[in-house]
Amino acid sequence: MIPGALREAVARDGERIVFVARDRLLEAMRWLKETPGQQFHYLVDVTAVEFRDRERPIELVYFLRSLERRADVRIKVELRADEELVVDSVWSLWRGADWLEREVYDMFGITFRGHPDLRRILMWETYAEGNPLRKSFPLRGRFSRAEQVRQALNANPEAHYSLEELSIAEAGGDLPEDMRDRLRRGERGVIPDPPAS
Amino acid sequence: MKHVGEVKSSNYLLAKFQDLVDWAVNSSRANSLWPMPFGTACCAIEFMATAASRFDFARFGMERQAFSPRQADVLICAGRLPFKLAPVIRRIYDQMPQPKWVISMGACASTGGIFDNYAMVQGIDTIVPVDVYVPGCPPRPEGLLYGILLLHKKIKGESLFDHVRRREEQPLDDKGLRLPPETIDEISEPFGNSVHQFRSS
Repeated sequence: MIPGALREAVARDGERIVFVARDRLLEAMRWLKETPGQQFHYLVDVTAVEFRDRERPIELVYFLRSLERRADVRIKVELRADEELVVDSVWSLWRGADWLEREVYDMFGITFRGHPDLRRILMWETYAEGNPLRKSFPLRGRFSRAEQVRQALNANPEAHYSLEELSIAEAGGDLPEDMRDRLRRGERGVIPDPPAS
Repeated sequence: MKHVGEVKSSNYLLAKFQDLVDWAVNSSRANSLWPMPFGTACCAIEFMATAASRFDFARFGMERQAFSPRQADVLICAGRLPFKLAPVIRRIYDQMPQPKWVISMGACASTGGIFDNYAMVQGIDTIVPVDVYVPGCPPRPEGLLYGILLLHKKIKGESLFDHVRRREEQPLDDKGLRLPPETIDEISEPFGNSVHQFRSS
């Protein structure tokens, strides 16, 4: 494997868990996907764990599967909560990482460098209370119920869709004003080309 | 004296006439409700059971389910309502023509139920006015039918000529809320087992 990338490997109960250094993640993932004998072509899930013990780092977990070899591996990256929560996006390797990484970004506030469309996916985009699955997040949210209701009622349900989902060319002038404004400002970035297969 | 008697008699006739009109209008409305199902969770399964042949709420005049709010009388919210769906149910309610009624089906729609957390509306009455609350988790079809019959009773007590007995639609206020903020906070207060948790924990 890549020298210096591997931190620790655990094999227990038939599960393989590999800890990878944060700055070598993308390299290690590319190696796992493309090396003959590894062939982990399928990214099953991306998630994260924050432990009750404040000393333990946040673990970012990738589940990989090789359909050819019928093998699984779990890749973990440790992120210290007091540092900046940034890792490289694996979207360039697995297109399926798009929404998975958005969910981790939404729930834990971990930023994925190189992600094409990093927005909240479960909570609405203007959600201002924080990242719900962090241990520092109060269960009922930070705002009062009345404020939560007010913000929810003032949200525009049609503003949650991305360019591709709305098919801008067809929607034309029917788009809500705030979305057209964001489009003018180019907030969405460019639509990625479909991967050359 | 004769004069007073005449006035009394014409008032009596007018009241009788109004009663007759109310009776005709309210019976028509109550016995041909068109429900608009808004099913978000497991309560919707019980709702479907209520609509299906064994329980069959068509027996009570709900033959036609309207899957468009523009042809519906009763909004039946079956299931928990996350904050993300709050503007959706409000828009659906606004699209329904008057007169309209709302049934809140199940514990979660009525109070937030077990979901006393950051994502869930603590009772849809903070979003839309509710006429009948059906308790249960989820309610049995009999429970929903009983709620529908209670709504019939409520509709039959309304009057076209007495606005105290007929609640008109309340638009949202300038803050975009249906109720004053203090009221929303108060009815969203935790109760039961969840009083042992605090907002800050």
